[in-house]
Amino acid sequence: MSEISLQIDGKEVVASEGTTILEAARSLGIEIPTVCDHAQLSPYGACRICTVEAVSNGRTNLVASCQYPVEKDMVVRTKTEQIDKIRKVLLEQMLSHAPDSEQLVALGQIYGADRDRFEKEASFCILCGLCVRYCAEVKKKDAISFFDRGAKREIAFLPEIAMRECWDCKECFPLCPTSALQAAYVLTEALMTPAEADAPSCGGGCSSREGCG
Amino acid sequence: MSRIKSTAELEALRKEILAQRDPDKPCITLCSGSACNATGSGKVAAALELEIEKQGVTTEVVSRRTGCHGFCEQGPIVVIYPQGICYLKVQPEDIAEIISETIKKKKIVERLLYVDPNTGETATLEEDIPFYKYQKRLVLGSNRKIDPKSLEDYLAVEGYQAIAKVLFEMTPEQVVGEVKDSKLRGRGGAGFPSGLKWDFARKAPGDQKYVVVNCDEGDPGAYMDRSVMEGNPFAVLEGLMIGAYAIGANEGYIYVRQEYPLAVANLTVAIEKAEEYGLLGKNILGSGFDFTIKVHRGAGAFICGEETSLLNSLEGKAGEPNARPPFPAIRGLWSKPTNINNVETWANIPMIINKGAAFFSAIGTESSKGTKIFSLVGKVNNTGLVEVPMGASLRDIIFKIGGGVPGDKKFKAVQTGGPSGGCLPDNLLDTKVDFDELSQAGAMMGSGGMIVMDEDTCLVDIARYFLAFLSDESCGKCTPCREGIRQMLKILTNMTKGLAKEGDIDLLFELAEATKGSSMCALGKTAPNPVLSTLKHFREEYEAHINEKRCPSLSCKELIAFHIEPEKCKGCGACFRKCPAEAIEGGKKRIHVVVQEKCTKCGGCHEACPAAFDAVNILSGVPVPEATPEEARAIG
Repeated sequence: MSEISLQIDGKEVVASEGTTILEAARSLGIEIPTVCDHAQLSPYGACRICTVEAVSNGRTNLVASCQYPVEKDMVVRTKTEQIDKIRKVLLEQMLSHAPDSEQLVALGQIYGADRDRFEKEASFCILCGLCVRYCAEVKKKDAISFFDRGAKREIAFLPEIAMRECWDCKECFPLCPTSALQAAYVLTEALMTPAEADAPSCGGGCSSREGCG
Repeated sequence: MSRIKSTAELEALRKEILAQRDPDKPCITLCSGSACNATGSGKVAAALELEIEKQGVTTEVVSRRTGCHGFCEQGPIVVIYPQGICYLKVQPEDIAEIISETIKKKKIVERLLYVDPNTGETATLEEDIPFYKYQKRLVLGSNRKIDPKSLEDYLAVEGYQAIAKVLFEMTPEQVVGEVKDSKLRGRGGAGFPSGLKWDFARKAPGDQKYVVVNCDEGDPGAYMDRSVMEGNPFAVLEGLMIGAYAIGANEGYIYVRQEYPLAVANLTVAIEKAEEYGLLGKNILGSGFDFTIKVHRGAGAFICGEETSLLNSLEGKAGEPNARPPFPAIRGLWSKPTNINNVETWANIPMIINKGAAFFSAIGTESSKGTKIFSLVGKVNNTGLVEVPMGASLRDIIFKIGGGVPGDKKFKAVQTGGPSGGCLPDNLLDTKVDFDELSQAGAMMGSGGMIVMDEDTCLVDIARYFLAFLSDESCGKCTPCREGIRQMLKILTNMTKGLAKEGDIDLLFELAEATKGSSMCALGKTAPNPVLSTLKHFREEYEAHINEKRCPSLSCKELIAFHIEPEKCKGCGACFRKCPAEAIEGGKKRIHVVVQEKCTKCGGCHEACPAAFDAVNILSGVPVPEATPEEARAIG
């Protein structure tokens, strides 16, 4: 592995080939905000909060520092007016889904994000994928996954796997930056728990205690 | 047929095929692309077969079902060679006359000829029709001459000459050099220099490499790749094979949309034929080069046109992009070096090898060489597939080839580059078809969609339409694309409903900047283009929607009202009879009145009102006048 020298926020740094900009910045003690990054997981590039400006071979690009590898003589700026504006908008977009997430509220304060800027769509999930990736990469169980695409994308547990694996694990819960994950699990649990014998039931396998009418 | 084992055998077979074909013998070709099939090409083909038999001309005439001729507006199309007599909108019942007159008596069936709607002149030959006259059909040209399922037909038009030359006369470096020298740029949208891309893949370390054809054409209204794949699959196969040799790959994949059944069918037959003749498989033409191709049918996600998403999908994963770098040339399919190009790019390759880089690079502009196929659709007289040299102006494409805007309507804008492209107004019609010039104007080349819009089109609504498309088609992986499009779409939808707020334009700019700046792949990075280009060129329309709740094009339903002018109404009842919502109060010799609460704004009354009266107005941004009181509605 060859060593690559570059500059981040005016400071010289040498990093081995394949290192990401985020890792190189951290080695310098430079803090780049992240949401979907996790030490045990491979970089995913979903939240884009870690976007920085990178000048390489005469071209200036905005790149996700968690994924973009260092390049020789690259000049990186982790804070510019443009980047701060982008981070602010991204946080406002995430806050419209999870207005009470402590992590997002704290980041929002740094960048002056207004959590009421966009109409609330309290799905609570910001689709950072920490739970999905942790379950797949670390636990290798794939009990939770993404479904659908675009604006309709969501996370859901796969009941058949979840009922077998999740009860004694729940290691993904503390990873969730919002309360969405617990909610998704509670829902799955409710769906897979059979109705209690003394509860009124429609007799059609419905688990609702009130009966489905 | 036995395998062809050498170039000598290939040339011998070509000679044999050509010797059997009399160039002076009448050949009736019938367009059988998807568009002509939809207008009845299948029935015309059956009639043709029957009639040739019935009139006893089986030995005097050849018939051939070919790929798309491009003039889809006028299909099914019949062209009779060697002259090139072109009959349009041919129906099964026309066939008897075509054979008895044109084939037997050498007479023209006048009523089936093209009539120029502007001048009234007829054109007998294909090349005299303005739609074809101003084109340069280097890639599409063979479509009308060959049956896409016939390898013999492809051999008759110099097919497989390029691969023979490459395998025996050129090193892989020379092939890459030739493509570099041609200055061919990728036809899928980004316009990256193809030779450079090939060079990266060739130089990438690794024994196993792949070549891939991107036929996941997903732009609404675009069908360039479909027609090339349907009409001339062998050219794509040959191009792919040349690319494989150049980068050192022995396996190729063709990713084609499931929604293109004819392309899949023709391609599958072409691969089988090529395998049968030994033009795919082991030791091709005795050169020692092995190459196999697999077809993968895509499940219809627009995002899979993005190369890393396509490769993920090909591996059986969800169609979502990866970060680049690493680029597919270094780490592509199954993590191996992969060269992926669009259908049209691959189809250009055999020609570049046959005719040379100098021939190719002599066509076009300084930065964009060769030709480009566009699907010209929307409010234009001659819709269809158009192939023009780079450097042709948008004006020439729309007005000379496309015949202008139908009816008495005025041209308003042309949208190029698909859903993430841009809309250009009439003062930019002299913009040339060139990767850089289109980008500078605020649009883009994209893969070749070209949608013409007339004065009745609302550009705010168009931006909303494209954002709605992108909202469905974004994979949803990264925040700026998923959420940015969601928020921009909400604002645009509000504008078209009269719910926009002051400051919405600034908010659109802010959202657009974040989406463009921080999205992972090209879908997100270009998603704000429809908004930005319409804001740049048609800002006054946005302002009218926001400030006056007015739609200048009178097209946004929630911002318009239909009103019958009492002074002009003659009480004829035409509008009353047409209204499907029973929203018009009328009566004999009485002024008619639209009941606004019941009106569905279909526009039927406006169309029905006789031009001489012209009593139905479409209002926007102004209050609807009070209805004439019941007692005052009697006329005369």
